[in-house]
Amino acid sequence: MTNLAQDLLSSFVVVEPQLNGGRNLHVAGMRKEALDRFELTGFPSTKDEEWKYTNLKPVLKHDYKILLKSEDAVAFSDIKQFLLSDLDTYKLVFINGKYSSWLSETTHSEFDICTFASALNKYPDTIAEYLGKAAPKGETFVDLNTAFADDGAFIRVKNNQTVDKPIEVLYLTTEENGPSFSQVRNLIIVEQNAEVQIVERHQNLGSTVNFTNFVSEVFAAQDSRVSYYKVQNDVTHASLVDNTHVMQERQSNVHVGTYSFGGKLIRNNLHFYSAGEHCESHMDGVTIIGDGQTVDHHTLVDHQEPHCYSRELYKGIYLGKSHGIFNGKVIVRQKAQKTNAFQQNDNILLSDKAYIDAKPQLEIFADDVRCSHGCTIGQLDKNALFYLRSRGIPKSEAQGLMTYAFASDALEYVKIPQLATRLNRVIAEKLGINLEFAL
Amino acid sequence: MIKINNLHARVEEKEILKGINLEIKPGEVHAIMGPNGSGKSTLSNVIAGREDYEVTGGTIDFEDEDLLDLDPEERAHKGIFLSFQYPIEIPGVTVSNFIKTAINETRKGRGEEPMDAREMLSKMREKSALLEMDKSYLSRSLNEGFSGGEKKRNEIFQMAMLEPKLAILDETDSGLDIDALRIVANGVNKLRSADNAVLVITHYQRLLDYIEPDFVHVLYNGKIVKSGDKNLAIELEAKGYDWIKEENA
Repeated sequence: MTNLAQDLLSSFVVVEPQLNGGRNLHVAGMRKEALDRFELTGFPSTKDEEWKYTNLKPVLKHDYKILLKSEDAVAFSDIKQFLLSDLDTYKLVFINGKYSSWLSETTHSEFDICTFASALNKYPDTIAEYLGKAAPKGETFVDLNTAFADDGAFIRVKNNQTVDKPIEVLYLTTEENGPSFSQVRNLIIVEQNAEVQIVERHQNLGSTVNFTNFVSEVFAAQDSRVSYYKVQNDVTHASLVDNTHVMQERQSNVHVGTYSFGGKLIRNNLHFYSAGEHCESHMDGVTIIGDGQTVDHHTLVDHQEPHCYSRELYKGIYLGKSHGIFNGKVIVRQKAQKTNAFQQNDNILLSDKAYIDAKPQLEIFADDVRCSHGCTIGQLDKNALFYLRSRGIPKSEAQGLMTYAFASDALEYVKIPQLATRLNRVIAEKLGINLEFAL
Repeated sequence: MIKINNLHARVEEKEILKGINLEIKPGEVHAIMGPNGSGKSTLSNVIAGREDYEVTGGTIDFEDEDLLDLDPEERAHKGIFLSFQYPIEIPGVTVSNFIKTAINETRKGRGEEPMDAREMLSKMREKSALLEMDKSYLSRSLNEGFSGGEKKRNEIFQMAMLEPKLAILDETDSGLDIDALRIVANGVNKLRSADNAVLVITHYQRLLDYIEPDFVHVLYNGKIVKSGDKNLAIELEAKGYDWIKEENA
């Protein structure tokens, strides 16, 4: 067992009484059970099939602070750049895992946009009904989070409500005195025929390494529509394990977009469960990383009911000595006839030292389904490059233009124009090209 | 304008051009004809600077400057344009963005200021009208989902926008129906002047009915084996290439 796992286990006794929701016996019970499971499994190693390509050792080796100091003073001007400042939004801002009312803008009027901590105390019935019902027990990072997490975003949109503006969730780390490990958690409940758009990011403002273990559970009820965008553009001493689990009911439509540009190690466990007929599940993303960075996309779509559609499109551009992993699993249960599942993962390696491990996995138990998957790994097309150059576009610009075009393809489903512009700008910047291409 | 002297080139280990001599002066239209595999496309690609071809001997001078040391983009900046036999599809890049970038990079390469946005727009409108292209072309992804004819028209549209000194049309007629052929040829003719030149590379004489050449050359087995005026093209159309092959067997 790693030192970190031992530290976590031994500190639980001290930490537990300070966690939110302590009075809630149901939650207290969940925490203890989750910790017990964690004690049995510990952190995964590369011997585990699901972690074969991603070595956690360099991330787990630090002597992390487990109980972080409470709210630090952060000025709005310091975080403005991480928000969609040209757009009116609801905001949930957390500093070192604790809610900052000063930087946030919440509501309780027609929908709840508040914190997981307050939901633990105020809505015990809702917590009992939903918490831990999408994220599976027995997954190390989920269990660890269940044991320790006591704040994050709580979003509940009632029947037939459309949230009038996007919700931004921002997790900040400001620790300056040594490495920090934080456990934060979202609970997102979108009731029947309701609609919401969420933009989320994790940002380390400090100069020391940090590691975030994040769980987000999304419940999309019948006919609901959810757009959930994850902007991963953190500093290169920040690491993140993002466990997002989406439970979909009949005719719901959920899109999760993951845009990974920053961080040292990012592991995205993104799971969709379509538990009703005619669900639509969209997951897509762009990854552009360079020297010393690793991004691991582990997706699962579990088609449990007939007539559902899933679409998965991940594009990756790897520079320098970077490492990409794509593991896309699609399960079609016996009952899930007429499933239409599409999966595509395209990668460009722009350096000899960059590498990618790609593994599509299809498990199909129904006989009347349409499933397609494709994976490409390559360099830029030489003929296309010559074509552009023969028109007077210099080699480096031609490469930039082609990679930009390749990546921006995965932004098609971004419904917030300001966000799309932002992402296009980041892509252009990462590839060192003139923004004129992007507009 | 361009002087090709004893040009030899190969792809991988195979020698394809075996001593080409050709001079084109401003205002002239030259046609190169020849059977498949004679080296026509190789010649056009070597002039444009494609890196897959290795020049093993000879020279190409463009306006008294050695061309062979230049990158493809530098050749474009000097005023060389190649209309591709198979234009490449580039999803995600619109025709208008592409041409804007090409023009301004070319200007930059020549040490000129970027083109004024309004001038760019009116020029795009004018040239797309010349090629009877619908306005929606400009906002479509470059060549993506274009028909064969649309792709070729798009090539000539780019040529019209870039105003090259030497335009090389590589099998521009292949795959075109008669209407598209007329539109493309009309576009090329409108762009001709006393200062620029055109090199038409073709298998058939058909295009030469519309773009009348001053000189016709027959390329066979990596060499120009016969040169003449437009009547040579008509003769080739009537007699085929077999007699050329026999003469040079």
